[in-house]
Amino acid sequence: MSQEQISTNHGDHEDTATGLNHRKMLMWAFLGSDCMFFGSLIATYLVYKGKSLVGPMPMDVFDIPVTSVSTFVLLMSSMSMVLAYAALKRRNIKAFRIWMVSTAIMGATFVGFQVYEFSSFANYHVHFECSEIAQDIDQEKLVKPAHEDLYQKQCLNPDGSVDSAHHVDEKVALKPQTNLFGTTFYTLTGFHGAHVTLGIVWLLSLFFLSFKKGVITPEKHLDVDLAALYWHFVDVVWIVIFTVVYLFGVFPGF
Amino acid sequence: MSTFPLAIPRPVHPTGLWNWLTTIDHKKIGILYGVTAFIMFITGGIEATLMRIQLAGPEQDIVSAGTYNQLFTMHGTTMIFLAIMPMGAAFFNFVIPLQIGARDVAFPRLNAFSYWTFLAGALMLKFSWIGGATDAGWFGYAPLTSIDQNPGTGIDFWIISLQVLGIASLAASFNFIVTIINMRAPGMTMMRLPLFTWMTFITAILLVLAFPVITVALIELTFDRYFAFNFFNVAKGGSVVLWQHLFWVFGHPEVYILILPAMGIVSEVLPTFSRKPLFGYATVVLAGAIIAFMGWMVWSHHMFTVGLGPVANAVFTVTTMLIAVPTGIKVFNWIGTIWGGSLKLNTPMLFSLGFIAMFLLGGVSGVMHAVSASDAQQQDTYFIPAHIHYVLFGGAIMALMSGIYYWFPKFSGKMFDEKMGKIHFWLMIVGQNITFFPMHFVGMDGMPRRIYTYVEGMGWDMWNGVATFGVFILIAGFLVFIYNMVISWKNGDKAPSDPWDGRTLEWSIPSPPPEYNFKEIPVVRSLDDWWATKQGSPHKEVPVSGGSGEEDGHDIHLPQPSYWPFVVAIGILIGGYGVVFNQLIVPWALASIGTFIGFVGVYAWSLEPVNDPDENQGH
Amino acid sequence: MFFARVNTRIVQLASMLVLLFVSTMACYPEHNQSTFDPHGPVASRQLDIFIWILIGGTIVTVLVLGALLYATFKYRRKDENEIPKQVHGNLKLEILWTVIPAIVVLGFSVASINTLFYAADTPDSTENPLTLEAIGHQWWFEFRYPHPNDASKEIVTANEVYIPIGEPVRINLESVDVIHSFWVPKLAGKVDMVPSEGNYMWFQADGPGEFFGQCAEYCGSSHSNMNFKVVAVSRPDFDAWLMRQASTVIESSDPLASEGAATFKSAGCSGCHALKTIVNTGSKGRVGPNLAHVGSRRHLAAGMMDNSNENGTVNDAYLQENLRQWLIDPESIKPGNIMSAQAAVYVDPNKSLTEKQISALVAYLTSLK
Repeated sequence: MSQEQISTNHGDHEDTATGLNHRKMLMWAFLGSDCMFFGSLIATYLVYKGKSLVGPMPMDVFDIPVTSVSTFVLLMSSMSMVLAYAALKRRNIKAFRIWMVSTAIMGATFVGFQVYEFSSFANYHVHFECSEIAQDIDQEKLVKPAHEDLYQKQCLNPDGSVDSAHHVDEKVALKPQTNLFGTTFYTLTGFHGAHVTLGIVWLLSLFFLSFKKGVITPEKHLDVDLAALYWHFVDVVWIVIFTVVYLFGVFPGF
Repeated sequence: MSTFPLAIPRPVHPTGLWNWLTTIDHKKIGILYGVTAFIMFITGGIEATLMRIQLAGPEQDIVSAGTYNQLFTMHGTTMIFLAIMPMGAAFFNFVIPLQIGARDVAFPRLNAFSYWTFLAGALMLKFSWIGGATDAGWFGYAPLTSIDQNPGTGIDFWIISLQVLGIASLAASFNFIVTIINMRAPGMTMMRLPLFTWMTFITAILLVLAFPVITVALIELTFDRYFAFNFFNVAKGGSVVLWQHLFWVFGHPEVYILILPAMGIVSEVLPTFSRKPLFGYATVVLAGAIIAFMGWMVWSHHMFTVGLGPVANAVFTVTTMLIAVPTGIKVFNWIGTIWGGSLKLNTPMLFSLGFIAMFLLGGVSGVMHAVSASDAQQQDTYFIPAHIHYVLFGGAIMALMSGIYYWFPKFSGKMFDEKMGKIHFWLMIVGQNITFFPMHFVGMDGMPRRIYTYVEGMGWDMWNGVATFGVFILIAGFLVFIYNMVISWKNGDKAPSDPWDGRTLEWSIPSPPPEYNFKEIPVVRSLDDWWATKQGSPHKEVPVSGGSGEEDGHDIHLPQPSYWPFVVAIGILIGGYGVVFNQLIVPWALASIGTFIGFVGVYAWSLEPVNDPDENQGH
Repeated sequence: MFFARVNTRIVQLASMLVLLFVSTMACYPEHNQSTFDPHGPVASRQLDIFIWILIGGTIVTVLVLGALLYATFKYRRKDENEIPKQVHGNLKLEILWTVIPAIVVLGFSVASINTLFYAADTPDSTENPLTLEAIGHQWWFEFRYPHPNDASKEIVTANEVYIPIGEPVRINLESVDVIHSFWVPKLAGKVDMVPSEGNYMWFQADGPGEFFGQCAEYCGSSHSNMNFKVVAVSRPDFDAWLMRQASTVIESSDPLASEGAATFKSAGCSGCHALKTIVNTGSKGRVGPNLAHVGSRRHLAAGMMDNSNENGTVNDAYLQENLRQWLIDPESIKPGNIMSAQAAVYVDPNKSLTEKQISALVAYLTSLK
């Protein structure tokens, strides 16, 4: 009864009551708790959605095309993770290493995008000609909240006419302290980014350890399987965040 | 022999302090939890005693307002997180592997880590008395916990301690979930699990799902306090009610986390001393699972007066009332268990019977609060602590006492003094009622909670005096208990493996069990397998890995001790202090050091094999 | 079956005894904040619900505890070797004791919902209920009434709420700092005063009286010291009181009081304590209670100090003594209060009030009827 040496030394049949590996079950239990963790953060975000007293609002700052690219990169990293695991099981250590590094690099790229995004939000700048916005309003085009707000404040003369010549140039930084959107957005996506970062550290550790004899072997594929499970989870969480925060954020009516 | 990554030899300490610091044996860890929890319980009791002395009469000056507010906050936090939960953990640790026929838990080092991290959190919380403990209530409602209202470190220590304790609880829960699912002896199906194990399993699942919610709430509060975020900032549109929702979504499952293990203990003790099986085993299991499930749908009954509106209040009234049903089922099934049995009214049995009586009373007052319409008068009065202490003191604590007496022979190898045990029981049940029953009265008489004094002429003097008197009866009971434990452990009669003619597997091995628990892992053929064996259906042994039928367990492979759980816990302790004192010398220096130590520990731990292949194993 | 053996008479008798015991030991309707002495329809209906559940709970307790005790005694082990019948359960019984309690609890909860909705807002039949604002502060209650003659104005007072008898009164609840709770047990169950949540409640006093209220949500150091009074008087008396509250302060001719008026400004009191009672509706309140008519208040320091005679009228001697005590050392009466924490005369030893200043202030404040 091998209740001590839990790693997979018996092929894929585990000597446990269910035949499932202890550590795999542990990872699933942990992911269950992490679900509730992100769930609470997402719930907080949703409770406060639309309740900020001042801007900027999601529609002002979000750049869906750019974030879609980073989302795509993260999704692709899950694919390369799968390929890494498959390579290991196939005994192709070289391919394993390549795919592991690729996963880590793509993850890092995603985090890089996040950093860029955070800094662009913190330096968010609104600039427009009053006449542009006046025209958009006339044509009943969608005007971003921050633009609308500044237009009301700066473009209208006391008698209600538009000061067409005026150029608005204001910094409307979005920081966590700015409003409810900033607070909840940075916290939620920040924790997600932290999870990704921890994952990258884990993946790179496995990558470097694979150069040490006997540490990462096809028989010990569980070690990589666990990392893969975590990585996919983090990816799935991002899909939820991207949908609920970004996509729902820019479509009016949500 | 070296531990792979850092060339540090693996600990080999058969005895002494280092043995305890590096142990990964579930039985030792259980004892560590039990002793620590009991000490914490005493500190919580001292806090309560001071409160009761202050309230014994009107307009007293024994403690100041500020001190009193710290006392009631620390009392609540201590009793829930540092006393009841770890006491439960003591039993999970010691008893579960024995009940399922295992040699240890699934992750022995994680188990040790849970204990040391718990200790770190406990020390952080208790030492926060120095410099001003938290005084915002154990429930820490925003905005009283904001940095404006409460700039000191008391709240910060409360927050960080709870986060640290959360890590410990979560780690332990993961461990027990995997252990219970995956390490059952052959033939032990889930529906042959002893009830205590079942309740532990359900509790662990509740913990895994509930704790992260308070983790998030505490993180949000931390960010508001340290970085001026807006989670609970009304000026920026935040809602302080959000804190309450998050807290109670955790907080309500938490009370079931406190009571389900206690109910599990009672479900073991009653059958044993009735010589009858638990009445309706499947029903009791199902009732426990339903309580856990429904426990997620009632949280706003803690918020009936916060202004959610009559529709929400009506919904939560109905769900809360409904949760009385599975609870009632358990009580009826327990009575069904003793009905027609052959009852031995010894100490553990008396405590379990006392539990039923006290929990019943607490349940009835709970039903009174459940109805939002009348709760409008009861909420935030002493009627609520009356309910709380009937279910948690007369309830959980009594059941834990029952468990301590029940399993005392098993973990100590000695028999306790039965006469002293009975004296303890009677002092406790009488003291419990004298202390807490009057709280119903003063509550309905209009006495609010969390007040450090009350004026003369309100009519509350007498019953408060009576309640305080009751405390001293309780203290007497605990002194008898402590004396009994110490004397019995040292000088008690040697305990046989099965002093109670028990029904479950832990009684089939010596008292105390050898390090490897079972010489041969049993094959289980029914519920209450040990009882069935004794009645004449012997079970087949299964040889342990190694193949040869050993006689004295020398070929049994056991997990080996490790330094790393302790090291990571130290990292967390330092890190925790570092977060509170984040401007010490260099900003965030201490926190970084703690994190670094933690990471080193985790890294070394993950690369350390469970057993050093070269090491000579066994006991 | 167990039920056939239960003597219902015994159950009834036992329940009666228990209830009798509990009611004689526990019910003190004459106590100031007893919930067993409702003086209005909201508290009354809330008490009714409680009594019903108490009866039901008592019966359940007697039955179950009875069964427990009965079994404990009857089935004590007589022979060390006896092994009783190994009964594993009884599905019928278990279903029964699932379904019956479910019906009972559902019955109780659904029946109570009526009262829940009743207590939530003034009855639909009420037209234009008197609506006042109750604003929680650490650690006192600010009250604002709509000005009867000017919709854009409010009348500000503190710690004492007068209401007309027999009329529903709606209270809008707010807080300037932390969560407080507005609770006057003899009139209604509590509702919390949560910053920016817009809570409200209502009650009605059926007869005259002075009803004790207390903050019922932990709000910091002096949570214990945050009381208020609801005084129910006839409509004419109420109108008169309101007009007096709205009236401007009449400066007394007494020289000591005049000196006190000057001290009130020079010592900085007027920075936190307004003497103007009419403000714009919804305007921001002051840090301290309005003192324009403090001389007519039956209590000081949010109900902590009693100025009144037996019949409820203000006793000037008590009032003066209380004011003096408060001014000498507010911290001893209300630990943590903002006045002793922030007012210059308490923070700066060089600026402490002299005996002469205190006497003057006492005379002045007493004169503010």
